[in-house]
Amino acid sequence: MSFTTAEPSLLALPAAAAGSRRATLHALLHNRTAWIGGGVLLLIIFAAAFAPWIVPYDPYRVDPIVRLQPPSLAHLFGTDALGRDIFSRIVYGTRLFLLICAIAASIAASIGVTLGLLAGSGPAWLDMLIMRLIDVLLAFPYILLVLAVIAILGPSLWTAMVAVGIAGIPGYARLVRAEVLSVRSLEYVEAMRAAGAGVWRIRLGTILPNVVSPLIVYGTFATPLAVLAAAALSFLGLGAQPPAAEWGAMLVNARTLMFTAWWTVAAPGMAIFVAILSLNLLGNALRDVLDPRSR
Amino acid sequence: MTCSTRGAAEPLLRIEALRTEFPTNAGPVRAVDGLDLTIGSGEILGLVGESGCGKTVTALSVLGLVDRPGRVTGGAIRFGETDLLALPPARMAAIRGERIAMIFQQPRGSLNPVMRIGSQIAEQFIRRRALGRAEAWARAVALLRAVGIPAPESGARAYPHEISGGQAQRVMIAIALALEPQLLIADEPTTALDVTVQAQVLALLRERCRTLGTALMLVTHDLGVVAQLADRVTVMYAGHAVETAPVASLFARPMHPYTQGLLAAIPRPGENRERLAEIPGSVALATQTGCRFAARCAERTRLHLDRCENEMPPLVPRPDGGMVRCWAAQS
Amino acid sequence: MSTYILRRLLLTVPVVIGILFTTFLIKAAIPSDAVVTMYQGQLSEQDASKAIAIMRHKYGLDRPWYMQFLSYTEGVLTGNLGQSIRTRQPVIKEIGYRYRNTLELTFAAFLVALTVGVVSGVVAAYFKDTWLDITSMTVSLFGISMPAFFFGLVLIMVVSVWLRWLPVIENGWQGLILPALTLGLIEAAPLARVARSSMVEALGRDYIRAARAKGMPESVVVLRHALPNALLSIVTLAGLQIGSLFGGAFIIEVIFSWHGIGELAVEAIQWRDFTITQGVILISATTYVLINLVVDILYTWIDPRIVVDKS
Repeated sequence: MSFTTAEPSLLALPAAAAGSRRATLHALLHNRTAWIGGGVLLLIIFAAAFAPWIVPYDPYRVDPIVRLQPPSLAHLFGTDALGRDIFSRIVYGTRLFLLICAIAASIAASIGVTLGLLAGSGPAWLDMLIMRLIDVLLAFPYILLVLAVIAILGPSLWTAMVAVGIAGIPGYARLVRAEVLSVRSLEYVEAMRAAGAGVWRIRLGTILPNVVSPLIVYGTFATPLAVLAAAALSFLGLGAQPPAAEWGAMLVNARTLMFTAWWTVAAPGMAIFVAILSLNLLGNALRDVLDPRSR
Repeated sequence: MTCSTRGAAEPLLRIEALRTEFPTNAGPVRAVDGLDLTIGSGEILGLVGESGCGKTVTALSVLGLVDRPGRVTGGAIRFGETDLLALPPARMAAIRGERIAMIFQQPRGSLNPVMRIGSQIAEQFIRRRALGRAEAWARAVALLRAVGIPAPESGARAYPHEISGGQAQRVMIAIALALEPQLLIADEPTTALDVTVQAQVLALLRERCRTLGTALMLVTHDLGVVAQLADRVTVMYAGHAVETAPVASLFARPMHPYTQGLLAAIPRPGENRERLAEIPGSVALATQTGCRFAARCAERTRLHLDRCENEMPPLVPRPDGGMVRCWAAQS
Repeated sequence: MSTYILRRLLLTVPVVIGILFTTFLIKAAIPSDAVVTMYQGQLSEQDASKAIAIMRHKYGLDRPWYMQFLSYTEGVLTGNLGQSIRTRQPVIKEIGYRYRNTLELTFAAFLVALTVGVVSGVVAAYFKDTWLDITSMTVSLFGISMPAFFFGLVLIMVVSVWLRWLPVIENGWQGLILPALTLGLIEAAPLARVARSSMVEALGRDYIRAARAKGMPESVVVLRHALPNALLSIVTLAGLQIGSLFGGAFIIEVIFSWHGIGELAVEAIQWRDFTITQGVILISATTYVLINLVVDILYTWIDPRIVVDKS
């Protein structure tokens, strides 16, 4: 698990006209990685939506008699230390996975994009101020920032999501700011300003549409990092708390159990891996389609 | 290895029926299609043609530097006694720089941006002549002086982005001629330079090559450049040679309609024309069996020649030296 | 060039102040939690609130916030980071040797990541589009998607149980191998990708063709002509990776019981020991800023064009 600030190099893509939007969709549908990544993701969404109907057992039901059973026909992924069916918990874990993705991305994107927009298109002092703020956020290695927020807010699933969201702000902010700066000097923006268009009209009407595709691509790379961090937090007991069926939390006792009950470790770990992989594959496909130069 | 007789009996480089192809979705494209060309020792040959006629690919083919997936698919390139196309890669690498060198169109792009200029020259001496650092550096400075770089000691320590395009090309010439090769191939060496600098660089090229006795294959689309420098000229069209002749003879009495068209297209001072003369049509893909120029040829129409489209004319000698490949010219 | 360094140094000042303030915030948040945790169930309602008041006064928490911040800053500058709420030991002492351990782990992992990443990236670029390229890029994609802690667990299982090679937990350099490998291999993945793409770009440039035209052997072309040009992107990423490694080390330390500040920090957060948390985060963030500074200065040395273009 690593966090790397993606260079805001996915820049200056022309605003998609209706025709090229169709073209991108077409290219996407023909991309194999897109299918694999997107397919798994759809599977996850499906599992999350229909979880109560898919699972054979109640994921929270404790049954000490069948604790630590290896995978069998009765329990596809075996049972954990409290006798709960791991498969059911994995399936329910998809919900939390999607929740974390959504919240973390929303917080990071909404605040980050706004900041970036303001910094890039507002007065110079505002730019300075915002960039200093971003610099402070960036002064902390990703995990450290997350831990710091958890330390302030106390450990729980929600604070974990907020922490991861906050840690994601600088990435979005810088991306949007760079994009805004490059678009700002384009002639048609000058023309709009000369014609008297209001600042916000320019911002939302011209600048924002240009940013959408690089944002989406960036999002598909930044969100997996956020989810990995959230899972790591749960693993350390600083995120989702038991008995939540969160994949990271399911690994809390992994170190002690892994020698005797490997399935308790393998299933949640692989679930995280596969989910993240699908996001990354989708991100790769999107990037190939939207910006093939960077291949 | 000095040579006072230019174009001596045994040619230095002889290209025979060269074919270089690039695979595309629509089938292989023959950038070079049956090219014959010779260069004598110490001679300056101008290889002329419009964009897309295959002259750059020819140059790259000689040195085995054609970008994948393109490759040479036929013919022979004889350098002295050796057929370059039959050489294993290691032996070809040994020939590059040492016996055949090349300079390219974009001088600054051809220099490594993070290496000092002196190092890029000295590298040749260190690796190919086993010289020590200090001596290699000294030689590099001397070479820079020979190509006219002012203050060569400090110039050698500069980085490529710190010098101008003209200076960069001078440096390229220094690098190329460092090991005193027998043949230098120059691919549009002045096209990317300012007009004022072009003449200087060309003069430098001629001076250096004459001094060292190096033959020069000057690839260009500019007939003016050819007129200034070349001893002989080969005119290329659609991947093969259509006329070759001593320079004065070519300009005085061009025999191939394409050559005639090229020369007529040069605006002359004192002329007053409504439109610039041009050769109608554009280069066709190599698909026909006959002369590639047939579709655009005014002579063919004028003389009502039908063989042009079906039969490729052979190279036949011209009255005042050289060869030409044209049915109309023979009649 | 020295003006550039000076300017960078000056820029770090507001950042460091920001770090100080953020870490300060940690303590300002509900300190009574620590007291509650300590005396859980042992005091009556009344006694508990009295104990909390005493604690608050002891830690100076009943003063206005800017006063607290000032004295905190003062303390930091004199090397006093407070006392651990849990053990009453000075924070500096608790951090002590652990800091070096974490640095060791970070550095070792960095070496692994750099070697594996750059080598596989360069090889993949040179053999572009062959099975070698495709395999290494697929593996690196896996690496990016793999949670480090899961990978660590898997490595432990594989190495210790199946292969019975290394002892699972041990300090000293032998105990460093597994955690360094875990962290290093995962971080090698993004490096490999960037190394590959920047090498591919460098190899496509005109000066590479010119170098080949000079008759330079392939090894020289790749290593002495292409690689130095690709290095800029690689170093950029590597510099960022160090921070990531630093953070990743925190979690790896817990898994392998490597006694570094990461292990300490996690414990401290679990136990609501704010002063320790503060101290660790302060020191880590400052270290990170310093590392970034060094990396920035390293750039100017690597790419001569940067000093010229810097505006």
